[in-house]
Amino acid sequence: MSGRETDAPTGVETTGHEWDGIKELDNPLPRWWLWIWAACVVFAVGYWVAMPAWPGVHGYTKGLLRASDRVAVADSLKVLDAQRGASARALRTASLEEIERDPKLLAYAQQVGQSVFGDNCATCHGIGGTGGKGYPNLRDDAWLWGGKLEDIQDTITHGVRTGRPGARLSQMPAFGRDEMLPPATIDDLTEYVVKLSGRPADAAAAARAAPVFAEQCASCHGVAGLGDQTIGAPNLTDRDWLYGPGRADIRGQIYAGHGGVMPTWSGRLSPETLKALAVYVHANAGQ
Amino acid sequence: MPTLIDNTRSPASPKSEGKGQARAAVSAAARAKGRGDARGGLYKPRQPIYPKLVHGRWRTVKWALLIATLAIYYVTPWIRWARPGDLPQQAVLVDFTGRRFYFFDIQLWPQEVYIFTGLMIMGALALFLVTALFGRLWCGYACPQTVWTDLYIVVERLFEGDRNARMRLDAQPLSLDKAWRKGGKHLTWLAIAFGTGGAWIFYFHDAPTLIRTFWTGQAPLTAYVSCALLTATTYGFAGWMREQVCTYMCPWPRIQGAMLDEHSLQVTYLRDRGEPRGAHKKDRDWAGRGDCIDCKQCVVVCPMGIDIRDGSQLECINCGLCVDACDEILGKLGRPTGLIAYDTDAAVAARARGQAAVYKPVRARTLYYALALVLVGGLTLWGLLARPKADLHVIRDRNPIFVRMHDGAVRDGYTLKISNRTFFDQRFTIAFDGVAGARLGRPGGAADPGVVLAPADQVVSVRVFVTAPVDAALAASTPVRFVVASSAARAEAKTVFLSGAENPQ
Repeated sequence: MSGRETDAPTGVETTGHEWDGIKELDNPLPRWWLWIWAACVVFAVGYWVAMPAWPGVHGYTKGLLRASDRVAVADSLKVLDAQRGASARALRTASLEEIERDPKLLAYAQQVGQSVFGDNCATCHGIGGTGGKGYPNLRDDAWLWGGKLEDIQDTITHGVRTGRPGARLSQMPAFGRDEMLPPATIDDLTEYVVKLSGRPADAAAAARAAPVFAEQCASCHGVAGLGDQTIGAPNLTDRDWLYGPGRADIRGQIYAGHGGVMPTWSGRLSPETLKALAVYVHANAGQ
Repeated sequence: MPTLIDNTRSPASPKSEGKGQARAAVSAAARAKGRGDARGGLYKPRQPIYPKLVHGRWRTVKWALLIATLAIYYVTPWIRWARPGDLPQQAVLVDFTGRRFYFFDIQLWPQEVYIFTGLMIMGALALFLVTALFGRLWCGYACPQTVWTDLYIVVERLFEGDRNARMRLDAQPLSLDKAWRKGGKHLTWLAIAFGTGGAWIFYFHDAPTLIRTFWTGQAPLTAYVSCALLTATTYGFAGWMREQVCTYMCPWPRIQGAMLDEHSLQVTYLRDRGEPRGAHKKDRDWAGRGDCIDCKQCVVVCPMGIDIRDGSQLECINCGLCVDACDEILGKLGRPTGLIAYDTDAAVAARARGQAAVYKPVRARTLYYALALVLVGGLTLWGLLARPKADLHVIRDRNPIFVRMHDGAVRDGYTLKISNRTFFDQRFTIAFDGVAGARLGRPGGAADPGVVLAPADQVVSVRVFVTAPVDAALAASTPVRFVVASSAARAEAKTVFLSGAENPQ
């Protein structure tokens, strides 16, 4: 070809393109590459016809095979449901006690419960269910709203302090912040509560606080401080402290009256999932 | 230092390749060596080998072994064996789905795979020992490659005739006669190959069920894939590749040189007796010459296409067909047989020096191999006999690692995996040992938390809670153990009890 430069060392024509003195040789494409490219073109045409390919104004070309990932996913979910069918049905019809007594159902409920717990509950209660300050420990034997299967199912289903119908509701007054009691009395009450839990405390302060406790606190926590699970009043004599066991923790709770919120799960989780969750929490609390 | 006799460089036995030698290439192997790609290609073209049918002692042994090994292979999966309950009734079954291996009354779990390791090592050592004593008997008689190739050659002979007819047929242009002979041969080969692959899959599933589901399309995909793979390899290896599998693909010929020495019995051409070789006229005297009349019958019967008179060589599979061929000729000549025989290089060399042949089957090498074989065999057998009937694994809860109860007591959670390796249900009692006064509990408030039923041949998983007494005053970590026991078996496992002593409330 005239007018084109030939590269001396290789004897190959250049394309005429040059960058910083580097010239491009006009070598032919490797034959294998050309064949693969041609095969790709042929394949692409077949693919357009067979598979969804071209967007249009109203939708897209569906292709002869009618392939659809959405349909495929829906189909495999149906298959999964069918596989789980027997166990899921059993979960729906059996009572909570029956689920827990049947080793196979229990194992199934534990599996379902574990994954649902990890997705929904672990954010606050921890993946191991031991909670933290302000978030109840679900593995021990101290329960605010009752630790029986039905109690747990009820708490999960309706939640705590959500304002929805059926939700658990209790309110510890903020004796300090709302100026219901003077600070000195709150200090005395703190000593009284420490003494209730069997720890060494200032006897004089506790004695001063005794009538205040009887008047202000006993209506919920009980005269002996044992609490009441029907109204969500914590037991003050054990070693389980939702907001911490120290004097500062206890005083802070009397002062401000914290109360956490647990979501209402009915409507978000199916009834059988709620059952599985209740069984999971109950069984792993070792009850 | 043992040295093997190399006859290829000896002037008395001129090798075909090389400069100006009178004798033409005799064996297919020698011809192939002379035909290399001048530019140094990786693969030399194969010289077709047409092994001739031979009769004799070793051929009879080979027929018998062929029938025996094939019978074992095809019949074994069909042997039924009574086992209790729903357990498989197949005597030999590798049950991948159920994760069990059944061999008559022996049943292995995946964690007992070391038994197979032992068997493999024993197999290797036995191969070493046999090779050191008798050369490559495995290759010549029992190797599937040899057995199936032999079977394929039978089919080939059936359709195309013996050596000379086959060579003629291959040289002919395509005709109807050639087409049906070749087609028939390949179809029969494929049928045998399919039968081979088909038999293989019966080792992995219940044979009577699989033979039905295989044809109705309901068998597992692995069955079809395995069957197809084995069909392809059988047809390819035994039909097309044959001796090339031994020479190029199999590592064993390369390794066996390390096991052989001058005292190993191998198929040997007795040079001391055979040379100088040459054609023999009927009425001539045998004095002053060797017994080898250079009839090349040892070469034409060789399935590997070699000339055994070149001495011990990599390609030789020690099958002894050349022994039979030579004996037949010697018999016709009225000479004593055994010019080619199972003999040792040391004996040949001794006789060449005019001394008596010495055979030493007991030597350091064979003693070591035998000793190692006995040792590994003993260990494997002991491992098999001393297997526990039950097994316990304890997995301690890792989140939470401990739970503090309302009264201050500490509770740990464990998952116990109890394997019941017997064929009957077992009722295990669980005991916890290491913390005085500890209480056992199970989820769901089981009435009797210390008892668990392990179904026959299954692993049962049990969650167990252990609560230490309030006043136990335990260290942060206390070594403890679980013991499970039934009327037939007992197992224990060590673990720790974590008290949270270093995480005060």
